[in-house]
Amino acid sequence: MGKNLKYFTDGILKNNPTFVLVLGMCPTLATTTSAFNGMGMGVATMFVLVMSNIVISLLKNVIPDKVRIPAFIVVISSFVTVVQLLMQAYVQDLYNTLGVFIPLIVVNCIILGRAEAFASKHNVWESALDGLGIGLGFTLALTLIGIVREVLGSGSIFGLDIWQGDGALVFILSPGAFFVLGYLMIVFRKLTSKNA
Amino acid sequence: MELFAIIIGSIFANNVVFAQSLGICPFLGVSNKVGTAAGMGAAVTFVMAISSLVVWLLQYYVLVPLGMEYMQTIVFILVIAALVQMVEIVLKKISPSLYQALGIFLPLITTNCAVLGVALLLVQKEYNLLESVVYATSIALGFALALVIMAGIRERLELVDMPKGVKGVPIALITAGILAMAFMGFSGLV
Repeated sequence: MGKNLKYFTDGILKNNPTFVLVLGMCPTLATTTSAFNGMGMGVATMFVLVMSNIVISLLKNVIPDKVRIPAFIVVISSFVTVVQLLMQAYVQDLYNTLGVFIPLIVVNCIILGRAEAFASKHNVWESALDGLGIGLGFTLALTLIGIVREVLGSGSIFGLDIWQGDGALVFILSPGAFFVLGYLMIVFRKLTSKNA
Repeated sequence: MELFAIIIGSIFANNVVFAQSLGICPFLGVSNKVGTAAGMGAAVTFVMAISSLVVWLLQYYVLVPLGMEYMQTIVFILVIAALVQMVEIVLKKISPSLYQALGIFLPLITTNCAVLGVALLLVQKEYNLLESVVYATSIALGFALALVIMAGIRERLELVDMPKGVKGVPIALITAGILAMAFMGFSGLV
């Protein structure tokens, strides 16, 4: 159990996809205009990651080695289509805000990376935990960036006002995304290097 | 005139990296040297122009008549992945010198989300065939521009003395943020 737990927690801190591995930068920068949007994107990605990890680890003995990458992509894009249709049906507003970045989960390097590096070599249970850990690490990072940008940019958290009036608009726009991620990465490096 | 607006708009005002946050991975990964940045930019321009053509034909002559628009994501990514492979093979046969220059960048392009992103956007914006190709090419030129500017700055940043935690990706992101603010100035143009 200790080993399994480690697969789970590694994804959140030691192998955090955003701050340590620096993967999946496009959705990280583009969709974190508010805490809710960031979390929505994180959860959608986590769902695809967990499901594709499970299916790929089940199929790992069936898929021929030479065509594994195209096969992985087909599995991943099927689940992305599932997410796309589900979000269109139940959370239309979020779907409209995230826009083109929902189908773009397909090319999120985190998912293909975990399929190749982990799910194709481990059993179903371990792969599911790995997907859950990495997915949670990604969701937490996106939510954190979203919170910082929303507080500075529009003076609220999850839509609840902290103060009256406007914030610094630049943090909602794309330059703010680069700044916030850059500075958060410095803070994350500082904190984790102390522990080591 | 409309084509002109598309060109200026997609290179500067809606720059793919700075305004739309697409293609960030190669933007951070291959922007260490001006030479490689220019090579990557050229390879992306080449692939994007071809893929936009193929994707447009596929969307309006296959997916729409069959009523299978919901298969868009799966079909597009497979076509782009296959296309990149094909471009690599054809280029190797036809123009070895061009292959030498672009070769190492081509496999990386499949994971460039800007290529799939542009394919999805040109369908969303309902461009016609000519507009689509022009749009994709100018987006790619904007990407190349961003990459080359960034590489020029990062070559200098290498020599600067800075704290260990700031080196590498964080300082690159902050630099990109400043550049993005500069590019916001173009938004009045279109």
